[in-house]
Amino acid sequence: MLSFIIRRLLLLPVTILGLTLLIFVFMSALSPYALLSTYVSNPRQLQAPGAAQNLIKEYGLDKPFYVKYVNYLDQIIHGNLGWSQTMNETVAQVIETRFPATLELALYSIIPIIFVGIWLGVVAAVHHNGFLDQVLRVVALIGYSVPAFVLGLLLLFIFYGVLGWLPPGRLGLGFEMIYNSPVFHHYTGLVTIDSLLNGRVWMFLDALKHLIDPVLTLSFLSWAGLLRITRSSMLESLGQDYVRTARAKGLSEHVVITKHARRNALIPATTVAGLMFIGILGGVVITETIFNYPGVGSAIAQASEQLDYATVLGLSLLFGLITVVGNLVVDVSYALIDPRVRLG
Amino acid sequence: MEGLVKVLRKMFRNPVSIAGITLVLLFIFIAIFAPLLARPEYPWNPYMMPQSGLSAVPQPPSPQHIFGTTQGQYGIYYGVIWGTRTAITVGVVVIGLALIIGVFIGTMAAYFGGWIDELLMRITDIFLAFPFFVGVIVVITIIGPGITNVMWALVIFYWMTYARLIRGSILEVKENQYIMAAIAVGTPGSRIITRHLLPNSIYPVIIQASMDMATIPLTAAALSFLGLGAPVGYADWGQLASFARNWIVTPSGGNPFQYWYTIFFPSVTIVLYALGWNLLGDTLRDILDPRMLI
Repeated sequence: MLSFIIRRLLLLPVTILGLTLLIFVFMSALSPYALLSTYVSNPRQLQAPGAAQNLIKEYGLDKPFYVKYVNYLDQIIHGNLGWSQTMNETVAQVIETRFPATLELALYSIIPIIFVGIWLGVVAAVHHNGFLDQVLRVVALIGYSVPAFVLGLLLLFIFYGVLGWLPPGRLGLGFEMIYNSPVFHHYTGLVTIDSLLNGRVWMFLDALKHLIDPVLTLSFLSWAGLLRITRSSMLESLGQDYVRTARAKGLSEHVVITKHARRNALIPATTVAGLMFIGILGGVVITETIFNYPGVGSAIAQASEQLDYATVLGLSLLFGLITVVGNLVVDVSYALIDPRVRLG
Repeated sequence: MEGLVKVLRKMFRNPVSIAGITLVLLFIFIAIFAPLLARPEYPWNPYMMPQSGLSAVPQPPSPQHIFGTTQGQYGIYYGVIWGTRTAITVGVVVIGLALIIGVFIGTMAAYFGGWIDELLMRITDIFLAFPFFVGVIVVITIIGPGITNVMWALVIFYWMTYARLIRGSILEVKENQYIMAAIAVGTPGSRIITRHLLPNSIYPVIIQASMDMATIPLTAAALSFLGLGAPVGYADWGQLASFARNWIVTPSGGNPFQYWYTIFFPSVTIVLYALGWNLLGDTLRDILDPRMLI
């Protein structure tokens, strides 16, 4: 197993290098003028007379591609991702202010996915081919079939348009002012945690209220998948000899299911849940846009619409890095959890 | 041929799969007969929805517009009908191209193995390093919006799924004795691939492709929803949904159901379309799964 983990770790820099190369290839399709904003860290640099020519010289954008690629790597290693025209700050600042919001959304979404998805999967397997199993099969298929933008719109319609309970955004107007004021200490960037640390319970509740709709949208798309995986792996482990042995010993059905079958069925489910966490990051683009949630997902959508190359490229690098590292964590934890992989 | 008959017979015995097939056939029918179901006003460019007036406020269903109109007076019925054609075209083109690229790369990797396999799979990994939707957005930002560009962007970031599936499947099939026998009697490599390896390993790819007929067009619709896909006025479900967004939440506190038709008809269409393909894919998986064939 050690050699597997070492090989996997060694591949990480290769994949990350490939990722930057791919982004660079996309950049090469653009003219140097369009790319200037991905290099500067201040809009005033672009405005001086003759600035474009000087900047192209300065950053070597007229040089051959390998010089440009090394320059590009040098820039991103130093954290300079360019100037975001849509957000009016550097791309690094966009990430700093908006990424915690997306992280908060993703963290809250993974909870219902895991608990609801796994629980329903176990229920479906225990009632294999029974009535509940068929119902859950249809429910899961509907879950697959409702795209995020339709579900999001419906939730917005019902809970905001009709009932007026769950407004879009991240915080109500009053709390938003408190959040941005100097009195409020930002410990983690996650509103729900920071508000509690600041002793503001109402603000915490307001933040939760704003999270319900986007969390429902994001998690609904994934728990159907987890349900199917858990169901099939649970069915497989229910058919194993050790389950028959456990039943023959006279253990109660409850113990057989929770202690013997479910524990082993959870191994593939854990991996899939990890992959879903990564999948959520792709889903945040639509969800955050529908609910006006100020995260990196809505930022990339907005930037793309206005052809703000610096922001799109910078944020895609962030998404790519998270995906690569996330995949690594999933692979390694799979090796650690599953004794067959660990000892094999 | 005998296998196909067997598969079809099994499919028509299952009520769930009959429902799926019916829905899929219905949408294919709508796509083919779109010019008869909703007569285009601009025959030279039927995908542009005709506008009856310029009022920004949606109009409720009437004999002239049976599903009502959305903002800009685009008929929702027209958008739903021609949007079906858009969706199926996007699905067939994108999945077709992604299949060609993916199956070719996956087959090469699995058949030759060694450094070729390593190289091709590392390239695949790099494309997989982006969340699908984010990768597509990056490509569209660079090559510009529009329905053709959306299709290219989807192909660029989707072929990997098929490459990985077919590779894994071929690696399994390759271990069979009949492959070794074919090699031993001197069958050329191209013939081994086309006659022995691919026919026996293509099933998981077919199942995936039928599920993708649901997700790929909806991803394209999601891009239109964000304003990154089809141009304004193009018959596309995502666009209809994005028009609806402005009307289902009435800030003035009026009757929230006043504009229900702007969201109701497009979403019902989208969900039924996806449900049809998913039901079909789900039953195909039950039938074609090799463990079930034995």
